Amino acid sequence: MTVQELPGAGASSSYRPTPPPAWRPRKDAAPLLPDPEPYRVLGTPAAEKLDPELMRRCHAELVRGRRYNAQATALTRQGRLAVYPSTVGQEACEIAAALVLEEQDWLFPSYRDTLAAVARGLDPVQALTLLRGDWHTGYDPHEHRIAPLCTPLATQLPHAVGLAHAARLRGDDVVALAMVGDGGTSEGDFHEALNFAAVWQAPVVFLVQNNGFAISVPLAKQTAAPTLAHKAVGYGMPGRLVDGNDVAAVYEVLAEAVARARSGGGPTLIEAVTYRIEAHTNADDATRYRGDAEVEAWLAHDPVQLLEHELTARGILDESDIRAAKEAAETMAAALREQMNADPVLNPMDLFEHVYAEQTGYLREQAAMLRAELEAETE
Amino acid sequence: MAVSQLAAKPATMAQALTRAMRDAMAEDPTVHVMGEDVGTLGGVFRITDGLAKEFGEDRCTDTPLAEAGILGAAVGMAMYGLRPVVEMQFDAFAYPAFEQLISHVARMRNRTRGAMPLPITIRVPYGGGIGGVEHHSDSSEAYYVATPGLTVVTPATVEDAYGLLRASIASDDPVVFLEPKRLYWSKAAWSPDAPAEVPGIGRAVVRRPGTGATLITYGPSLPVCLEAAEAAREEGWDLEVLDLRSLVPFDEETVVAAVRRTGRAVVVHEANGFGGPGAEIAARITERCFHHLEAPVLRVTGLDIPYPPPMLEKHHLPGVDRILDAVARLQWEN
Ligand SMILES: Cc1ncc(C[n+]2csc(CCOP(=O)(O)OP(=O)(O)O)c2C)c(N)n1
Repeated sequence: MTVQELPGAGASSSYRPTPPPAWRPRKDAAPLLPDPEPYRVLGTPAAEKLDPELMRRCHAELVRGRRYNAQATALTRQGRLAVYPSTVGQEACEIAAALVLEEQDWLFPSYRDTLAAVARGLDPVQALTLLRGDWHTGYDPHEHRIAPLCTPLATQLPHAVGLAHAARLRGDDVVALAMVGDGGTSEGDFHEALNFAAVWQAPVVFLVQNNGFAISVPLAKQTAAPTLAHKAVGYGMPGRLVDGNDVAAVYEVLAEAVARARSGGGPTLIEAVTYRIEAHTNADDATRYRGDAEVEAWLAHDPVQLLEHELTARGILDESDIRAAKEAAETMAAALREQMNADPVLNPMDLFEHVYAEQTGYLREQAAMLRAELEAETE
Repeated sequence: MAVSQLAAKPATMAQALTRAMRDAMAEDPTVHVMGEDVGTLGGVFRITDGLAKEFGEDRCTDTPLAEAGILGAAVGMAMYGLRPVVEMQFDAFAYPAFEQLISHVARMRNRTRGAMPLPITIRVPYGGGIGGVEHHSDSSEAYYVATPGLTVVTPATVEDAYGLLRASIASDDPVVFLEPKRLYWSKAAWSPDAPAEVPGIGRAVVRRPGTGATLITYGPSLPVCLEAAEAAREEGWDLEVLDLRSLVPFDEETVVAAVRRTGRAVVVHEANGFGGPGAEIAARITERCFHHLEAPVLRVTGLDIPYPPPMLEKHHLPGVDRILDAVARLQWEN
């Protein structure tokens, strides 16, 4: 049919209106929809099936993580860290994300997820390089398969998709777990990453920590969606809603998503509902945008207490376990304090080292200039 | 890379680019091509023609329509040891990917103290002269060259298109590969006087020897400069034409040697003049050749306006007459 022959183009009388060809959705949306309430394990009958070994490990990590948060925050007060975005109250998400991955898997943290990186094995001091200010990331991402802590919001999400996709193309059993905040879900990169992941069926898990605020902006001003987990459905992947302070629940939901990804079932979007107990960073005044009552209510739903209560009630944990966990945490904090209180030795000439594989002519010139300046200073 | 490696010599720049990707993909299974329409269609300019058929859709992939997603996914793929070659469909449609480009692609090596270089080639058809509607003719090189960590190259000949693209794909650093779309199907860019060698990234080449003044140019402006040099003969001016090929790294030695030889220089490019690459080049020449200069270094560039509509683009693009006018202003009576 040419354009001239199209109905309406001329005075054709042969055209008879018919309904359009049958349309059907690509996928049934119902199985993708999140639960109406965040999924919980602790304090529910589901807790009967807890794995004692795993839970004791989670507990020790939570205690250590809480101590790490406290120590890092103290270091900002002493001027040893430029800034530290605390995850007090969010430790369950951080720890579950780190523990759920196999060694060959990759973690793509946001700028707040230092704790997840440490729980995955990154040296506590190295994890703070970015925040201390001696190098932007500094650590070798291959060592523990942890991508650089990412400052621009949501930009790490397409990286996770690309890496997971590449691994699958190469026939490797690798899952990527990407973390992002509630505010980050508004960024364009969030959309592009989820869409790519779903189209490519990439082995990725997206973990949104909905901690209530993006700096000062509450979730209600961030999105009009029923929940952030609902966003998954539009991309064609399952959305899961979980209590982000319940480490057992976060671990279980993550584990299920990781298993789905590993077996070729594609990506999952998980929204963990949690709360940022401390201010955004030390530069933020949280009293300007939230009241004490809200914080108090969340303090009563503390991830460490929640787990400790359940495990002691079930006889999985006793006083000596708790004491041992606290002691290990103190040892870590003392070592961190000591190492962070030593001034880092920096060589300004390193500035030119990692810009290109081979230095350009003008970089060599500028390096010579700086070297001369440094020599003049020491004379 | 010697031209003799090109068994059957591609006739056009478009064919040379396709051939470069094809050869790279055949030699190295980690090379992946991706972008909008690059698969079945072979790209809107057909530069990826046949690659999906030969190597499969996993190696030459039609992605969703999302430039940040394309480049962001390429970052992850490169982190896992692949060598992505991404196509940005048109110059001005690369802008949504700038966040990824500037915040991650350009810095990953630096941020990880060299532990994580990103061997990504970003192919960007650029420049005007094809009568494109808005957003299809931008010369965006100033944005790229201003970003440390990026290598920026642009071929002007068929041989360079092949050689530079092979070198870019082989590079362990991210390369912005600017393709002068105006020259895709033109064989005119090829100068028979030019040495038939592509010595790699970061080497400028003299396309036309001369003694009176040096025209410094790259990409789509090379044929214009060669034409201007031919026309200048009638005025008795013997012009040298230098093709930069690589904007970053910048071959300062070849440029400085040429200008010291001739004592006069005009930088020619399509990008806007203010803050354009020509400003940087002129500054460097002034710094290094001040006592050899017979005249100020002049620039003939695109106007400092958003890229004009097609019916007016001839007023924007540096043409032979503007180049000759500039050459005339080089105070020849001295
Ligand atoms: C692209 C980008 N825009 C703005 C910022 C500044 N910024 C840093 S953190 C932040 C809020 C992030 O909120 P959310 O994603 O909810 O994560 P949370 O801090 O709550 O963990 C903003 C706006 C940024 N880092 N990146």
